[in-house]
Amino acid sequence: MKKLMLGNEAFARGLYEAGCTVVSSYPGTPSTEITEEVAKYDEIYAEWAPNEKVAMEAALGASIAGARAFCGMKHVGLNVAADPLYTAAYTGVNGGLVIAVADDQGMHSSQNEQDSRHHAIAAKVPMLEPSDSTECRDFVKLAYEISEDFDTPVIVRMSTRVAHSQSIVETYDRQQPELKEYTKNPQKYVMMPAYARGRHVFVEERTNKLIEYAETSSINRVEISDKAEFGVITNGAAYQYVKEALGDRVSVLKLGMVNPMPEKLIRDFAAKYDRIVVVEELDGIIESHCRNIGVTNVEGKAIFGCIGEINQSVIAEKLLGEKKDFAELDDAIPVRPPVMCAGCPHRGLFYNLKKLGVTVSGDIGCYTLGAAAPLNAMDTTICMGASISALHGFNKARGAESEHKSVAVIGDSTFMHSGMTGLVNIAYNNSNSTVIIVDNSITGMTGHQQNPTTGKNLKGDPAAAVNLEELCKAIGIKRVRVVDPYHLAETEAAIKEELAVDEASVIISRRPCALLKYVKHNAPFKVEADKCVGCKMCMKLGCPAISMKDGKAVIDHTQCVGCGICKEQCKIGAII
Amino acid sequence: METKSIMIVGVGGQGSLLASRLLGNVLLAQGYDVKVSEVHGMSQRGGSVVTYVKYGDKVYSPVIEKGEADAVISFELLEAARCLPYLKKGGTLITSTQQIDPMPVITGAMEYPADLAAKLEAAGADVTAVDALTLAEEAGTSKASNVVLMGVLSAKTDFPEELWQNALEQCVPPKFLELNKKAFELGRNAAKK
Repeated sequence: MKKLMLGNEAFARGLYEAGCTVVSSYPGTPSTEITEEVAKYDEIYAEWAPNEKVAMEAALGASIAGARAFCGMKHVGLNVAADPLYTAAYTGVNGGLVIAVADDQGMHSSQNEQDSRHHAIAAKVPMLEPSDSTECRDFVKLAYEISEDFDTPVIVRMSTRVAHSQSIVETYDRQQPELKEYTKNPQKYVMMPAYARGRHVFVEERTNKLIEYAETSSINRVEISDKAEFGVITNGAAYQYVKEALGDRVSVLKLGMVNPMPEKLIRDFAAKYDRIVVVEELDGIIESHCRNIGVTNVEGKAIFGCIGEINQSVIAEKLLGEKKDFAELDDAIPVRPPVMCAGCPHRGLFYNLKKLGVTVSGDIGCYTLGAAAPLNAMDTTICMGASISALHGFNKARGAESEHKSVAVIGDSTFMHSGMTGLVNIAYNNSNSTVIIVDNSITGMTGHQQNPTTGKNLKGDPAAAVNLEELCKAIGIKRVRVVDPYHLAETEAAIKEELAVDEASVIISRRPCALLKYVKHNAPFKVEADKCVGCKMCMKLGCPAISMKDGKAVIDHTQCVGCGICKEQCKIGAII
Repeated sequence: METKSIMIVGVGGQGSLLASRLLGNVLLAQGYDVKVSEVHGMSQRGGSVVTYVKYGDKVYSPVIEKGEADAVISFELLEAARCLPYLKKGGTLITSTQQIDPMPVITGAMEYPADLAAKLEAAGADVTAVDALTLAEEAGTSKASNVVLMGVLSAKTDFPEELWQNALEQCVPPKFLELNKKAFELGRNAAKK
């Protein structure tokens, strides 16, 4: 059957067809749908783990036990999972182990633009990179073969454009999974120095064999054109841009395996043309490899740079000097940045933080939007979990002066991911820090995934729910309280009290995400125009449903969910 | 056939996903190679959202760049103006007349530009402006503006109407099907006027 599939959906189809039976992942744009789609197959056990490190270890355990296993994450997630990855490279596998890492060229939904190929090189594991949905399906199946034939985890590198583009995929039957026999083998699986030394030798030999494989595997493909003016070496999404912009004006070497890379194949291709251009997004890894193996007629990063996405227009302009014609209006078009939704429970909290003028150590999630105008209530955002640990360091550096006017803000899922250990540090090392957990009962930004606090698992079945209050107390925080961010005055009072005390405290700002299906909305509020004096107090909330028309506030009834914080904010009672 | 490019643009939450699925289904049924591409994640939170739909004998790049779109379908007027540079000179521009203030307008830092439909026409685009929100509410829900605009597109293209009806049946849950069929028809008729 032929179907339009997202790259991520086709990836999941590949896992199904390859006979994968155990999946453990952590959500992260643009990787999330792989695991959501795979969860729809009843034959596959699939779960959200609390973080990528736990997910990778769970998948490795399943692999050692003899199953074909999978673990998916975004690029920054691989930093968290790097520890097990680098040693899984030594242990190798029993059942095949495939890891998806989705890079976000252009940073559509990420805090940095790192190139995951560096991890594959450093960990010494093979990495494949598909260019469209069909290749996602095919490369996953090949990755399992490579994993088992070469005794190695295999990374499949995705990118935003491959993960989130739909193209036509034909589906096939599932290969019946076979649970391989597990035999105790400490020399292979107990990585203490005496055994690990032996495995490092194995890893280096394996890399040499993989290079030989890369020379002849059909995954690396040469497309010769009789009309070629020069040669192009490319990978991933960039291949599609090259084909669209340059067509038969170039011959192409498409690398489907980006680590390790072939040597003879590249040298032979490069020898055919005076000029070789490497078109790769982010860092110049293929280009450097070409130079390392003695190919000198190569260009790449000097033309394209290492920032953001490449596309067909960039290639046409830089290599052919062609530019498309288009029209533009003279008017300044206001930007439309993402905003907290109407009824977002985070709004009431961040409004108060702005009003109190506190320093906010932020984290990763929808609430990062608290940094944007008009709330502007965030000072730092680094990585998952950093809000709590960085606040502790900030307070240790600046002392009491900071302790009484700084908070950390972290979501429920992010707290489970890597906030807990930071809170242990606060309790253990005795800092008077105030931590606010914004508990909206879901992993919001990535599109509503369950997590250990929600009481449901990935498949939607009932699961044990972590009790945040009890957890914080068990960690050693004595002052733990819960507020409803829809009540502005109550929330403000709680923040003031906890900042004033000379001990660590946790405020749980609890209200489910307004977009959750089970959340019942109130009737929309409206502004009584004859009462409204145009003071714009309601506008300070930054609600997308409220705007000013002819000097009076207006509430858009299609957006308003009746959260009521504007009603509390309106001191003259014009909002009803 | 040379590759054709259609952009669907709007504000996060306006339902561009269903619109692109409908269009993708119609193109697939016509036997084309098809790519549909969008960006998920942060931009969906009330920000500008863009979906690229490309079809032809063989489609390579999933994205559409400036000066490449044969048609732009916009759920919101300001987003139509934002996407004008992506439209080929004289290309088809179908837009809802709905206006949603972005944050710089809400905070008073900027103004929502006036008379955008006329300015887009003057800039050389082949503009069809439809009050999709009112038509959607007439069909039963403000959320069906997306399907109203697909109805408009159906009248501006020559794919058999039956394919659109099949796509609606495949992509819309049964309990909302009648409502969406009505929204589609209202859009289709509005385009013919």
